[in-house]
Amino acid sequence: MLALTKKDLSLLLVVAVITLAAPIILNPFPSGSGMSQFNAGYPDLMQRFVIYGIFAIGFNILFGLTGYLSFGHAAFLGVGSYSAVWMFKLLSLNVIPAIMLSVVVAGLFSVLIGYVSLRRSGIYFSILTLAFAQMSFNLAYSVLTPLTNGETGLQLSLNDPRILDGASAATYPNLFGAQMNDSTTIALGNWSFTFSVGYYLCAILLLLAFYISIRIFRSPFGMMLRAVKSNQQRMNYTGLNTRPYTLAAFVISGMYAGLAGGLLASMDPLAGADRMQWTASGEVVLMTILGGAGTLLGPVLGAGFIKYFENIFSKINEGVLQAWFAFMPDGLQDFFVAIIYPFVGKGWHLTLGLMFMLVVIFLPGGLVEGGQRIGRMFRRKSRSETPDGKTTPAE
Amino acid sequence: MAILEVKNVGKRFGGLQALNDVNLSIVENSVHAIIGPNGAGKSTLLNCLVGKLIPDTGSVMFDGQSVLGRKPYEINQMGISRVFQTPEIFGDLSVQENMMIPCFAKRDGSFELNALTRVTSQRDILDKAEEMMVEMKLADKRHMPAASMSRGDKRRLEIAMCLSQDPRLLLLDEPTAGMARADTNNTIDLLKQIKEERNITIAIIEHDMHVVFSLAERITVLAQGTPLVEDTPDKIKGHPKVREAYLGESQDAA
Repeated sequence: MLALTKKDLSLLLVVAVITLAAPIILNPFPSGSGMSQFNAGYPDLMQRFVIYGIFAIGFNILFGLTGYLSFGHAAFLGVGSYSAVWMFKLLSLNVIPAIMLSVVVAGLFSVLIGYVSLRRSGIYFSILTLAFAQMSFNLAYSVLTPLTNGETGLQLSLNDPRILDGASAATYPNLFGAQMNDSTTIALGNWSFTFSVGYYLCAILLLLAFYISIRIFRSPFGMMLRAVKSNQQRMNYTGLNTRPYTLAAFVISGMYAGLAGGLLASMDPLAGADRMQWTASGEVVLMTILGGAGTLLGPVLGAGFIKYFENIFSKINEGVLQAWFAFMPDGLQDFFVAIIYPFVGKGWHLTLGLMFMLVVIFLPGGLVEGGQRIGRMFRRKSRSETPDGKTTPAE
Repeated sequence: MAILEVKNVGKRFGGLQALNDVNLSIVENSVHAIIGPNGAGKSTLLNCLVGKLIPDTGSVMFDGQSVLGRKPYEINQMGISRVFQTPEIFGDLSVQENMMIPCFAKRDGSFELNALTRVTSQRDILDKAEEMMVEMKLADKRHMPAASMSRGDKRRLEIAMCLSQDPRLLLLDEPTAGMARADTNNTIDLLKQIKEERNITIAIIEHDMHVVFSLAERITVLAQGTPLVEDTPDKIKGHPKVREAYLGESQDAA
């Protein structure tokens, strides 16, 4: 089905079930309970999981397959956001034209940057992309103020022409009237689950993006991209021109970034220059490596992981910690709080950094490799248990 | 008829005249060896043939067309395949994928954006790759990462990859360098077999005289960037100039 092998199809189905049921799965704790701060099932955060998942899937097509490490992909994310907001201002608050324009503009922009940067490989390529992204950031921040509204960021305003929208049209980005911030909350006992329009739009686009990525991985084109990573010399002497292959991968991943940028702007219609900053480019690199570069699922996992940390761990402040260790005697309580405090709240980067180091050192294949190892351990155990059971005398 | 015609080729690196007025013609369907002591310019000459280097002077014609100024991938598409001194293969990919890539290059040209077709639906490519793997006795290793194979298997794979494109000219750069005697003999047998079964011209650069004399039909001796003599193996063996420049030394050493 869908021209996928059984294994890929089941992977896609698992991802589909998890994303579509995420508002339930991510809210395992009853609201109001002490653990409810670990719930991630609110629309704002779930949208970010999925949007950055799309961003990382695209980045992985470039980095995971060809090995070209771009440090400037946030530029395409930013360009996508600006394009979408302009579309909202000028044409219509319907998200479809906005998202389409983000993908196209980011694609064109990445042709330009890719064409120049791909003349070099390795560290020089990374530096070139970084330079281009910083240039874009500075342009957006100051020089191109008429286009980007500089420091303040591009926002919607009441005087926007919006030529396709009538007077009665929705005032928030919408899909044929269904506003992105519309949501329904269903309460089940102590639990409450929020289903939002915006999240489901993002989720469906994530599934589409994931499906296309599987198809690319399994195509002759994907095989050529892995060949580029493996041995460019052999490629050239086998009659293959590596340049268009790498450029195509670069543009595809740029378009994914543009889609992510357009979605960010659709969920919250403003675009700021800081979305293009190098830290944002670095973040997608971290996501991809943490999850497992070159694997299908890795980037999505990595994106979810980092966004969860960023939003949940950073909320644990000293008061919360004090409450956790309240059962201990005073001295011990202060001691534990003092030790853990630097790693949570504002210090969540420290935990993330440590985890990143552990993953890179012990699991070069990322979280996906970790999962595979655990899976193998269980399989080995169950296999060795069966013959053991037969040979050892009954107890 | 000559399939490759090298005329007055010269190449200078700074103060070193690596090639000086080289003339060479390789006859279609022959095995032509180029030998010479270290630094004679053998590799430089080879690099000029495949587009890695552009000679300062002279011309290189393949089948009536100039190869000068063309990129390596364009020259490969003209019908010249190169086997490297240390096997150049796609180490991270499986043996089967290694075999498929040159087949794709042959069928689809230097670039094809077939991102939404499936590898597993490319019957013709799969069949061709399978046929080559069976012929080259690599079929039982088809799912192995190519990097984990032995040196001899890597060499066979590289030759198989080149042959799968049905090149008109196969260039071999010291194909037995660093191999044990048994592996060397296997490679010689393989090349002999290829020669007999296919319509192919082979040019071989080699250090090992055993290999050269068991394969070549014509030999060019290169010394200090200039061809010294060109003749049949029997004549080369007894040639005084060659003994002086090359064979004499190696016999003394042995």
